[in-house]
Amino acid sequence: MAEDEDSAEAIVSQVHRKIREAFNLFDVTSNKTVDVREIGTIIRSLGCFPTEGELHEIITEIEEEESTGSIRFEKFLPTMTKVLLERKFRPIPEDRLLQAFELLDPEKKGYLEPEELKKFMTQEGEPFSHDEMEEMLSAAVDPDKNVIFYKDFVGMMTYDDQ
Amino acid sequence: MKAAILIQRWYRRYIARLEMRRRYTWSIFQSIEYAGEQEQLQLSSFFSFMLDNFTQLNGSGPGDPMNEEGGGARYELIEVCDSYCGPHLSFPLSVSHTNALLSAFKEQQTLHARYVLQLLHETKKFLKQMPNIIHLSTSYSKEITICGDLHGRLDDLLLIFYKNGLPSPENPYVFNGDFVDRGKKSVEIIVILFAFLLLYPDHMHLNRGNHEDHIMNLRYGFTKEVMQKYKNHGRDILKLLQDVFSLLPVATVIDSKVLIVHGGISDMTDLHFLDSIERHKVKSALRLPRRSLDCVVMARGGGQVKGQLGSSRHHPGLSPSMLSPAHLSQVPCLHSFVPTETLPAAPGEEEEWKQIVDLLWSDPKVQNGCTPNTFRGGGCYFGPDVTHSLLQRHGLSLLIRSHQCKQEGYEVCHDGKVITIFSASNYYEEGSNRGAYVKLGPDLTPRFFQYQVSHCTRKLTLHQRVSVAEGSALKALQEKLFAHRSELMNTFQKYDRNNTGWISPSEWAQAVESVLRLDLPWRTLRPRLARLTQDGNVEYLSCFENIYAGQPLPQVTPNLAETLYRYRTDLEIIFNIIDKDHSGLISIEEFRHTWKLFSSHLRVAVEDSAVDDLARSIDFNKDGSIDFNEFLEAFRVVHRLDTKDQQQE
Repeated sequence: MAEDEDSAEAIVSQVHRKIREAFNLFDVTSNKTVDVREIGTIIRSLGCFPTEGELHEIITEIEEEESTGSIRFEKFLPTMTKVLLERKFRPIPEDRLLQAFELLDPEKKGYLEPEELKKFMTQEGEPFSHDEMEEMLSAAVDPDKNVIFYKDFVGMMTYDDQ
Repeated sequence: MKAAILIQRWYRRYIARLEMRRRYTWSIFQSIEYAGEQEQLQLSSFFSFMLDNFTQLNGSGPGDPMNEEGGGARYELIEVCDSYCGPHLSFPLSVSHTNALLSAFKEQQTLHARYVLQLLHETKKFLKQMPNIIHLSTSYSKEITICGDLHGRLDDLLLIFYKNGLPSPENPYVFNGDFVDRGKKSVEIIVILFAFLLLYPDHMHLNRGNHEDHIMNLRYGFTKEVMQKYKNHGRDILKLLQDVFSLLPVATVIDSKVLIVHGGISDMTDLHFLDSIERHKVKSALRLPRRSLDCVVMARGGGQVKGQLGSSRHHPGLSPSMLSPAHLSQVPCLHSFVPTETLPAAPGEEEEWKQIVDLLWSDPKVQNGCTPNTFRGGGCYFGPDVTHSLLQRHGLSLLIRSHQCKQEGYEVCHDGKVITIFSASNYYEEGSNRGAYVKLGPDLTPRFFQYQVSHCTRKLTLHQRVSVAEGSALKALQEKLFAHRSELMNTFQKYDRNNTGWISPSEWAQAVESVLRLDLPWRTLRPRLARLTQDGNVEYLSCFENIYAGQPLPQVTPNLAETLYRYRTDLEIIFNIIDKDHSGLISIEEFRHTWKLFSSHLRVAVEDSAVDDLARSIDFNKDGSIDFNEFLEAFRVVHRLDTKDQQQE
């Protein structure tokens, strides 16, 4: 195990590899570009929690002057490296997520009705699209009781984290 | 409100992670699939040689299907006994016959061997008089439906018929190859397709795919399926099918504008030339024409291997950088076994073969140019410029091809000039992809229709779908790791100079890629395949932990066992070739001989005594013959987590 793994240069090159791997998964035609609509997914899958606004800013920064609908790797790499090295868009701790659900459930029932969740998610904050909402409900609603046991749902959302 | 934003951000992050997992799952399936094809093609000269010569050991003489007339199958002599309750056929076929076949297959019935043989016989007779390239035209009253790979998935075919109607003069179809292999209902599919072909010869059209090939069938399951379903007549059926497959047209052209081929084209593709060739001579893309085999043999000792797949200008289908040393097939051992007087191939035969291989095996690529298809090992990658120039040369406007699984069932590339259509949904795994077909009217504007066969009553959530597919992809990958254990350990230990048992993520990723060459996102996969230390380093021994040998045989050295895992599929093919009567048994002597040939071909150093021990240990009942299905079963690896997985489900 070489000690240069910890040098600044080595850290940057590690970050670069990480970004390249994530980017390549979405570069379906192997021409070092991805669809601009995938940028959010790539950034989030690299462990970041940007708001929609922040995401939009990044995209504006790395987009081509004439909008082509795709983002080039050369443009993405430096911006994303900066994001990761400066630890922007840090993860929100899991307990805060549970607290957030508890806030939506002032009576402390332990569950939410689909309609309640739908109202919060599509009318507040950075509203979900119709598809996003449907997908969320299909994953969150308990098929037998037809309500959302949010503690379980939080567990599912945070489970895969490495 | 802050709580809502927080949940939304978490949820979007969660979905992004899922999407990432879905993507790499797809990459794993695809890489492993193509690596298998590559291996098959690299060993093609060996398999060809085995087919030509090794079968002599059985005393049945050299089996060269090129010279054999498959008409020997005397279906008239086969009696259909009274207890048979499946459908009956009489020729010429009528609609009531195709209806009877469809409902019988829905009821899981099997068609009697006599009728299968007769159907194949009639199909062969019909195909003989068909041209290499079929020309069709559209009209306003009837659009043409084009379907891609079916791969033995009867449910997909039935779903297409349900949604789009049965083939008929008003509803013409083109099926673009790869009817068989992989799925369990390949027999049923070809029976239905051939029956409709005979019923509506002007409205039903079949193109040959790269799986309509008897050597591919040895590896990918169709041979086995036929032998299981037809214990007594399977061999006759397979023999006749070889001819039928080689007689399938290789291309269809609609309104002189739309070219339909299974794989694609190369910069050498010449439709006029293809029009004139004798297509049935190409029994298998994996059998080099005789003269090429000579070249291969003469090229031994460091010379270049000539006559590989792909157009001759490009260097052979295999590029050295893609191969791990064990795969390098310089075919050294073939030399001593090739008969002294080989028949030279007629001039042009090799050219014919190459032209067909390019049609059946190629894939489009984004960059311009034409390069050998190193990923699959055969055919080529053709760029937009190659497409453009072929279309222009022949006054065409569109190329429709299949051959590659697409998540949406279809894909459009090369500025809308190339369409990929793939009709087997859930190809890699339940939920992995949709199937699609495309319809063309006189305006030749393609209209796509997608579908997905579902076996579950309740719709799975995205999370469940991804997890199921990911699980089986990772299993396949773990098996790969296991089969290369000693090579991997050597490489890991080179990085781990202080014997700590762990290496850095990049070292691990480099090591694994250098051995497996699957071009996968190893860093991302790392936590799924190995245990990590607290600071993210990889405890490399742990990647072999969840897997173990199915049946430990004390007489087998670990090295030999690993080799057996790795070449399990290849061995199965070889056994199938030796076992001409498909009895499932080969003699100890044959086993020993084959194994030696094969291991020297692969340059795997295994001591003779180890092979003898192995042969003895697997002759369980000491009768001098080996049941090789049982033998291969012993060399299947088992996942420790299997039982746990089942509990979770």
